[in-house]
Amino acid sequence: MLKVTEIEVRYSGIPVIHNVSLEVEQGELVAVVGSNGAGKSTLLKTIAGALHPTKGSITFEKRDIHRLSTPAIVQLGITYIPEARLIFGPLTVEENLELGAYILNSTEETKKNLEFVYNLFPRLKERRSQLSGTLSGGEQQMLAIGRGLMSNPKLLMLDEPSLGLMPKLVDEMLEAVAKLRNIGKTILLVEQNVFESLELSDRGYVLQTGRTIQHGTGKELLNAESIKKAFLGL
Amino acid sequence: MMILDALLQGILMGLLFALVALGLNVIFGVMDIVNFAHGEFLMIGMYTTYWTSVLLDIDPLFTLPVAALVGILLGLASYYGLIKYLLRGPAIAQLFGTFGLMLFLRYLAQFLFGIDYRIIQKGVLIGKSLSLGPFIFDWTKIAAAALSLLSFGFVYYFLHKTKLGKALRATSINKEAASYMGIQTDQMNAIAWAIGGGTVGIAGGLLANFYYVYPTVGLLFVMIAFACVAMGGFGSIKGVFFAGILIGIIEMLFPVFGQQIGWEFLGPHFKFTLVYLAYFIIVVVRPQGLFGWKQ
Repeated sequence: MLKVTEIEVRYSGIPVIHNVSLEVEQGELVAVVGSNGAGKSTLLKTIAGALHPTKGSITFEKRDIHRLSTPAIVQLGITYIPEARLIFGPLTVEENLELGAYILNSTEETKKNLEFVYNLFPRLKERRSQLSGTLSGGEQQMLAIGRGLMSNPKLLMLDEPSLGLMPKLVDEMLEAVAKLRNIGKTILLVEQNVFESLELSDRGYVLQTGRTIQHGTGKELLNAESIKKAFLGL
Repeated sequence: MMILDALLQGILMGLLFALVALGLNVIFGVMDIVNFAHGEFLMIGMYTTYWTSVLLDIDPLFTLPVAALVGILLGLASYYGLIKYLLRGPAIAQLFGTFGLMLFLRYLAQFLFGIDYRIIQKGVLIGKSLSLGPFIFDWTKIAAAALSLLSFGFVYYFLHKTKLGKALRATSINKEAASYMGIQTDQMNAIAWAIGGGTVGIAGGLLANFYYVYPTVGLLFVMIAFACVAMGGFGSIKGVFFAGILIGIIEMLFPVFGQQIGWEFLGPHFKFTLVYLAYFIIVVVRPQGLFGWKQ
């Protein structure tokens, strides 16, 4: 479905991603793990069209997308849920969700998706008319994920959904991700919680200083000696 | 009684001030660009009403749709012809760019129409007034206030109740996040300029009913509009509405107030000094403006 081939990405001239390849098949949950500064967020932003690779290619459903703009990529069915969440604080929870469905032309479909999101995160339904800037960190993360689901994306890219949350909420968030996978959503997940996210995933990629150093099934990676040493402190 | 009269006259003018400032604030809200040519857009709206009503011999009030349309086209032409390219440069380029547009339009008007002060003399409302007890209101100003309020309400409805309007507000809050929703920044910028040009075009058309038209007329009104924007809060629609009314009241009230207490120096020639004094005080006490940024 998504195929990233040997891309290089630069931030003001300096390469941040040197050589990364990755594939996501329909219905898979794929995790990209690695320490801070490994280039995980840059990778997702590049797929989302906010950055453009200087080398290599990105194809989605056999179509080159690495020169498209972000809105054009959203139209093709890829949504990106940024690490900083970037919710629209002065707008209500429901207005935020409606904006997530901006590319849909049918109000019926928007309503259906709204119900779906409210079922996934009942807390958002309780707070639907509250200004989203007044939500707690966990609720804002739920809103960011919910908003990303509103356009019926074919591929959902989640950037550190557990960042800055307390342990109980981290579990809750990862459970929601697992739930989405179980109902058939295709997900590309970036996480610092290496152990939990690999356990959850069908496959994983390990990024280090802008290079893919290892990939395999979630289980294989969890058992790999190098991973244990580098990330799990075993 | 004179105070009350000044208060009511001030509200009437204030509604028009608010409409002039509205477009400036919508553009700033969406793009963080100050359009220095905004006063010239107003001037072009005034000339549009003047020439349409004089040359086609129709009532100036019926020329408003033409003034709005010219304003919208001017806004779009400015965006697609100039601003879009300035965005590639540093912020200072945008500043000088709209400043240059201001000078260009001002002297273009001077070249085309000369420096004469023109005024519309024929119209159903012109020269007529409404007497309510001790108060006398010019019909042209009542119409200007009412139609300003209506235009303001229309823009407010658009921004708060329609899908496109909400997308515009989302872009003004965070354009990166908006682009992740599939909202095209470029399209939103163009809509902001269309609203900016359209509303100030209408304001110009309304103003031309009772004010002189000349190439540099925009300066005074755009300075008031800047004060409205800073007072109400950059990007705040509600803020610019109340700031406009407040400035209208200050402008009318202080000369009367000065007369009443015998302070001659507070005469009409001093009124804008007080407007800016009020502006400085608000900026010092509440730098984010009365209603905060982008609310």
